[in-house]
Amino acid sequence: MRLEVLLTVMILCQLIADLSDRENNRRVINTTLFFFGIITIVGFIPSSSVDLFGSMFIQDELRMLLKNILNVSTLIILLQSTGWLTKPDNRTKTGAFYLLIFSTLLGMYFMISAGDFLMLYLGLELATLPLTILAAFDKGLKRSAEAGIKLLMSSAVSSSVLLFGLSLMYGVYGTLHFSELALLTDTSTLSVLALIFFIAGLGFKLSLVPFHLWTADVYEGSPLPVTSYFSVVSKGAALFTLMLVLYRVFGHQPRVWTLVAYFLSISTMVVGNLFALRQKNLKRFIAFSSITQAGFIMLGFVNHDALGMNTIVYFMLIYSLSNLAVFGVLSIVVNATGKENMDDFNGFYATNPRLSLIMLLALFSLAGIPPVAGFFGKFFLFTAAASKGFYVLVFIAVLNATVSLYYYLLVVKAMFINKNETPVPLLSVSWYERLALSICLLGIVVIGFLSVVYNYVLKAVG
Amino acid sequence: MNPLLFLLIIPLLTIFGIALVNDVKKVRWVSAIGMSAQLLFSCILLFLFYQQRISGNTDAMLFVSTTTWYESFNIQLKFGVDGISVSMILLTSIVTFAGMFASWQVDFLSKEFFISLIILAAGVFGFFISLDLFTMFLFYEMAVIPMYLLIGIWGSGPKEYSAMKLTLMLMGGSALLLVGLLGIYFNSAPAGGRLTFDLTEIAKVHIPLSAQLFFFPFTFIGFGVLGALFPLHTWSPDGHASAPTAVSMLHAGVLMKLGGYGCFRVAMYLLPDAAHSLAWIFIILTTVSVVYGAFGAISQKDLKYINAYSSVSHCGLVLFALLMMNETATTGAILQMLSHGLMTALFFALIGMIYGRTHTRMINEMGGLMKVIPFLSVIYVIAGLASLGLPGLSGFVAEMTIFVGSFQHTDTFHRVSTIVACSSIVITSVYILRVVGILLLGPITNSHYQDLKDAQWFEKLSTVTLLVSIAIIGLTPFWLSNLIHEPLTEMIQHLTK
Repeated sequence: MRLEVLLTVMILCQLIADLSDRENNRRVINTTLFFFGIITIVGFIPSSSVDLFGSMFIQDELRMLLKNILNVSTLIILLQSTGWLTKPDNRTKTGAFYLLIFSTLLGMYFMISAGDFLMLYLGLELATLPLTILAAFDKGLKRSAEAGIKLLMSSAVSSSVLLFGLSLMYGVYGTLHFSELALLTDTSTLSVLALIFFIAGLGFKLSLVPFHLWTADVYEGSPLPVTSYFSVVSKGAALFTLMLVLYRVFGHQPRVWTLVAYFLSISTMVVGNLFALRQKNLKRFIAFSSITQAGFIMLGFVNHDALGMNTIVYFMLIYSLSNLAVFGVLSIVVNATGKENMDDFNGFYATNPRLSLIMLLALFSLAGIPPVAGFFGKFFLFTAAASKGFYVLVFIAVLNATVSLYYYLLVVKAMFINKNETPVPLLSVSWYERLALSICLLGIVVIGFLSVVYNYVLKAVG
Repeated sequence: MNPLLFLLIIPLLTIFGIALVNDVKKVRWVSAIGMSAQLLFSCILLFLFYQQRISGNTDAMLFVSTTTWYESFNIQLKFGVDGISVSMILLTSIVTFAGMFASWQVDFLSKEFFISLIILAAGVFGFFISLDLFTMFLFYEMAVIPMYLLIGIWGSGPKEYSAMKLTLMLMGGSALLLVGLLGIYFNSAPAGGRLTFDLTEIAKVHIPLSAQLFFFPFTFIGFGVLGALFPLHTWSPDGHASAPTAVSMLHAGVLMKLGGYGCFRVAMYLLPDAAHSLAWIFIILTTVSVVYGAFGAISQKDLKYINAYSSVSHCGLVLFALLMMNETATTGAILQMLSHGLMTALFFALIGMIYGRTHTRMINEMGGLMKVIPFLSVIYVIAGLASLGLPGLSGFVAEMTIFVGSFQHTDTFHRVSTIVACSSIVITSVYILRVVGILLLGPITNSHYQDLKDAQWFEKLSTVTLLVSIAIIGLTPFWLSNLIHEPLTEMIQHLTK
């Protein structure tokens, strides 16, 4: 509970911080980052499991780990967003930005810790609504406004789909409490329908195909820090929630949801890949690449044992760090030059060798190339699916991984091979951005070799 | 500490060394020292290996060390070598050493070039010493991916296309392989107990026949793509033609051997029943590879394409011999791997050197090179003679053993395919002698060629190293066949029981 309390205090403090000198936001940024850093560290202090409010709120080791992953990702995003926040247009909005980000994060904490579908729904709404404002944060830009309204509409639809699923569930089982649901079994068509509606509702947030149509436009229109927040933290929270509900509440009747995961996985990987192949704008490119990655994650769901859960959490951890490294480099370039197309990266290695190498490793990690961490994450996911005998699915997935390698290599090609008369000049990287990139890089390079990390996940999942 | 780990530590230290220095000359020397140390250590390893054997150690694998890596999946860092892997390690270090000197003059981003090259080599070394399927797969992919940058940045011709084609086809191959390996893993304990990736452990259990039949094609084709198995060989001519010299050498010389080695050690050795039932399909495919590759080489005009197609033919012969599954033929296959590795590396080195002087690789644009660059030309002729199987050089020993071995089968199918594959010897001599005739002999066709300089010291070092190794195999093949005899006997027994 301490994370929730601390974060709420942070949110209230932001309201006061907003009263300070709005033109000079350095101090606000520094203090916020400092205190959020402390909150992140506090999350790692071991604590005992608790059940609060009649099991409405559950806190255990696994949920703590999931929140820590979200915290670290958010911290990295906040570090990366400093360059963007100190721009003249955004200075006056610093307080609002932090307020909204922390509110959504609080909502995600509640989603993960929920012990009841009502609590889950409350958390989900708290996490979603501020996001629509964040998507429209560049209020002068038409595409940002468009992103906001698109997100609002699709969130509303997805919430109602989810809510409909919940109401059916209540009709079938007569309760929405996780601990009671976990004891009930029902094979009626209505319960199948309820579960499918629930998965579809969260599928919007995870941008699984066919619920992905909002993704590319919203990713492209939102400011870059918000885009990275969508693709890592928001997606992570939805994923973790889905995982906890399916494994912990419906874990004893896995027939339906493993089947749903099977087909969602195939459609998401294939469609995400096909669209990613032709993207020229890097933000859209990342949007489709992260759809594909979500398809890989769904591969873990076909295994309803603890192994599936381990590999999902482990993969998500690695995916977050790899994706954030890509976003880190991209945000440095976009802040300095405003360029976000793949062609603009031509000849990037000649002028910015270090950033290019980080980008290279991050892309390899996303593509699952050894020895970086992504290889281990993917290999274990495939192992989880294969352990249930789904070799055909694994084969489709590995083929898709090969296709995805093609477009990741296109970026590598632009940076290392293509020539450019006017390449991006040598960029200066602030200390905050360096810290963020270092955390990501360390994670990408080291996690795979240290089996401790996997064992830690294993222990937390139990 | 396990001496095998030096094979990974030395390249790693070399990479750090290169990263620390800035000057082109220093980069060259650091990499040269690193790879010389690697070659020296490989020789020491051979010595240690013999010493162990003489002192009466009869374990199948020597220098075995096991460290648990991922406890829950039972993934281990298990290293160990037998005679076959030692000979492959020796081949790799010789080719890397020669490749280092053949690319002495790379001055564009030389630091990055040598680092990528050494990562590639380290991947190959790691592959050959691994006894755990997971680490084996890891090193396999690690060896493939630097190729993209090496070809894409330092290549020539349609390099971006070739680099992408090569990388995607090989990664597609590893997609098949991954499914195969997971299949083997999940069937590695049919009687209950812990699943394992450990090669030697899996060999002891009997995987159910249905699983073998399902996963054998995945595994065999997965490795076969890298071994240029027809019809999945198309990455090879384009990739080799566009790659810079050292990369062609390493790739054709060593990396393609990973394919043959993997087909044998993993696919056939671990799934023996399926290997027997399905061998006929792959014998047909490899026979096609052998003949098709040789005909392909005849019709090409570009020196690198000629050599690339000839590699398809020779690597096809390796797989062909392995599928014969008797001791003579597989001995020939291993010899052919070594012999072809050295030969083709030498060819690519020479082609690179000739191209560096004449700036063309088209054979009909050149002529009379023997008069201006006699050293390189003579070596080219010798390499050509080795390739078409002249006694006294390595090619003869290898091909002779292969065909004798495969003719030991008495049924019509094996005999016919052996006779068809045999015809490649004749076709090989056609394209080798034709190139020698047009390229080296005759009048000098281009007046600019009068001023060409013959080999410099690093070029001589590179080519002579390879040539001497070829001659050693050709003249004294018995020490090699002694080296590979024991593991082969054991593996063939396992395959035929």
